Amino acid sequence: MADAPDVLRGPHVLEYPFKRSLGPVLSRFFTSLRDRKFEGIEDKDGKVLVPPQEYDPQTGETLTEWVPVGPGGEIVSWSWVSKPRKKQPLDRPFAYALIKLDGADAPLLHAVDAGSEEKLSKGARVVPRWADEPKGGINDVVCFDLEGK
Amino acid sequence: MADAEPIKAIVTPVRLEYDFTAGKAATLFLRGLARKKIIGARSGPGQPVLVPPRGADPRTSELAAEAVEVKDTGTVVTYSIIRVPSENIKFELPYACVNVLLDGAAIGFFHVLQNCPLEDVRIGMRVRAKWVADDKLTTSVSSIEYFEPTGEPDVPYEKLRENT
Repeated sequence: MADAPDVLRGPHVLEYPFKRSLGPVLSRFFTSLRDRKFEGIEDKDGKVLVPPQEYDPQTGETLTEWVPVGPGGEIVSWSWVSKPRKKQPLDRPFAYALIKLDGADAPLLHAVDAGSEEKLSKGARVVPRWADEPKGGINDVVCFDLEGK
Repeated sequence: MADAEPIKAIVTPVRLEYDFTAGKAATLFLRGLARKKIIGARSGPGQPVLVPPRGADPRTSELAAEAVEVKDTGTVVTYSIIRVPSENIKFELPYACVNVLLDGAAIGFFHVLQNCPLEDVRIGMRVRAKWVADDKLTTSVSSIEYFEPTGEPDVPYEKLRENT
């Protein structure tokens, strides 16, 4: 075998097409998102969580107080993606950003189509770009745009 | 829109796309399949023949560089009935996956069983590889379409104990 260095090489795909049941809270979140509305849920300290959670992260108590939030928000932090991969939300350089929607106390992770990294800053205002045909999922928001762009 | 059905589930695929480099051992095995041969490897005379070959004997870490051809017949050492569809598998559900101890090999070889009623699948059953047509042979496990019963008498469990 020592004189057979030319080894085979080929493309490989490993994929698990999981379908995830949402439960009552995320079901409402995604149903609202389809209708172009963001909703958060208030935890026991009065902080608004987006995406919402079923239980209080500190006490484990059931959360039930729904609060409309957004649709605009501000960038808390971001990471610039200079070479997007095939399945990422945009086919041109973009930012993955933590976005605190208006009225929310926890940030939501989404893509920001800023064109270049220089245009981004902490606290920059963003607004959602809605999908033409919502399908029920986080991609019903195509991405966020810098406000006034 | 507001009166449409609520969204109760989302699809969240996990996907890895990459190039697989087979390495010397698997290359030898895959090239064998394209010639209708199942090739394993061992670390020396009298040592267990590993199929597919992994480059080293896992018990001793010794280089397993000696290529050994095994038969395309063997014995079912364990099996599982598959009832859940998988995108890339064309067999009609339900079907059996079998771990076959190929004649001449020391470890089981995993494949699909066909041409056998599910209630007849059993440990000890003799099976043979069904190869694809010669012009369809490639350097892939799919050169073997499936395994099917040979009709030979079963191998008694005592002889398979180590492999079940």
